[in-house]
Amino acid sequence: MTRIVKIEEKLFQNRYRVDVGRPHISILDESKCRSECPDHQCTVCCPAGCWIMEGNGQVTVISDGCLECGTCRIVCDSHRNVAWNYPRGGFGILFKFG
Amino acid sequence: MSEKFDVIVIGAGPSGNAAAYTLAQAGLSVLQIERGESPGSKNVQGAILYADALEKIIPDFREDAPLERHIIEQRMWVLDEDSFIGSHYRSDAFNQQPYNRYTIIRSQFDKWFSERVRKAGALLICETTVVQLLLDGQRVVGVMTDRQGGEIHADVVILADGVNSLLAKNAGFHPELKAGDVALAVKEIHFMPQEVIEQRFNVANEEGVVIEMMGKITQGMMGTGFLYTNRESVTIGVGCMLSDFKTQQMSPNELLEHMKAHPSIKPLLQGGEMKEYTAHLIPEGGFHAMPKLYGEGWMIVGDAGMFVNAVHREGSNLAMTSGRLAAETVIELKASGLDFNATHLSRYKSRLDESFVMKDLKKYKDMPDVFHTNPQFFNDYPELLSKAVRTMLTVDGVDKKTKEKEIRKSFRSRRSLFGLVGDTLKLWRAFE
Repeated sequence: MTRIVKIEEKLFQNRYRVDVGRPHISILDESKCRSECPDHQCTVCCPAGCWIMEGNGQVTVISDGCLECGTCRIVCDSHRNVAWNYPRGGFGILFKFG
Repeated sequence: MSEKFDVIVIGAGPSGNAAAYTLAQAGLSVLQIERGESPGSKNVQGAILYADALEKIIPDFREDAPLERHIIEQRMWVLDEDSFIGSHYRSDAFNQQPYNRYTIIRSQFDKWFSERVRKAGALLICETTVVQLLLDGQRVVGVMTDRQGGEIHADVVILADGVNSLLAKNAGFHPELKAGDVALAVKEIHFMPQEVIEQRFNVANEEGVVIEMMGKITQGMMGTGFLYTNRESVTIGVGCMLSDFKTQQMSPNELLEHMKAHPSIKPLLQGGEMKEYTAHLIPEGGFHAMPKLYGEGWMIVGDAGMFVNAVHREGSNLAMTSGRLAAETVIELKASGLDFNATHLSRYKSRLDESFVMKDLKKYKDMPDVFHTNPQFFNDYPELLSKAVRTMLTVDGVDKKTKEKEIRKSFRSRRSLFGLVGDTLKLWRAFE
């Protein structure tokens, strides 16, 4: 069996400057995730695990560990329910090596 | 800031730096805006630098650019669950100066490139995100940044803002990216002593190796894996079409973890210390998916314009070349006193058409479709090939003719004779 290194352990190695209280990604209409989206691909495809399916069936996003790739915005193509911007200048992921 | 510049370049990656450098060298007033803390801090690449494109911009770059190792050996592996079939190409010709390609660490390389841009006379402001383009009717006349009083004007704006290309999309110049036109790549960098790398990969000081991989590691998705040596680290990653991640409900992190555990790959990373995990989209849609590249007062360069040759894993060289050609177009128009309207900026497209950039993109224009609609190239063939070789190499008292028969049968039962012939034709047509 392969031991899967958890995403949190990996992100711990990265360098971030979090813009506290100003997330750069958000859900436009939370009820849409519950009622119109059957497969919640954002929760699987996000390489940083920022998207989580909560126990109550609601999808939530915490963008602190975001790698700013754009995946969540593009996989949500049939609902267009992701408000996606870059963080303010100087904030977000700061790659040490890239 | 209410100043007006000749040109604003958005982004300080390879395409933006190439454009800004070329423009500043020609004496134009250039403002370059970068949202990272410093150039490179937002940038990710499976970082092979092809010398030629940079040489055309900065001929003496080798003197002080931070380069890791020049590549003397290229390996291509086709993997199944527990084995690989590989071809290695190693040549002393790749060990003669001037070297053809290098591994680089982007945060260091981009910083170096940017210093050259500033020395050439461009003004760079970092930690500043451009939030939208300023339009006067159809015409781009400047940018709005997230700084106070953030309107800045210019005669022409070069969009080098990367794969997501939010600015052009929000201005309505092109639609949102499709999941089938981008690959999602994840990678890690593992540090280990220089001597370990050199022994493990059979190279001397400053020499490096690249391994490209396909087959089971992408778990049926269209994509490839890669591993390459830096001076004191090894980078490993895997990229697949985002549309495949989507339909297969695959976690990119788990995909990479399984790849790292492959018995042929694991020993290469042994003892390394993982220091960074990154992800990035690669615009692999090719020729048919390219957006409009210029308009009234604007041009798109680099990843934002989908300048990637997915077949040959080339991107940064196309990016730099597109940046240089956009800059040369501006310089030419300015010298002739011509307006930066769409008609005149179409000369940028003509320059691209004449260069290797568009010639190569056109040559492989059907490649993405072929692989999209024929997953057997990533699924069945790697496994069949590997089994065939194992059958032939296992000495077990079965005669070779029977073994050959068994192999032929395995191919036919998996793909049928028509399928096999059809696949050959499809590949041949796409590569022709």
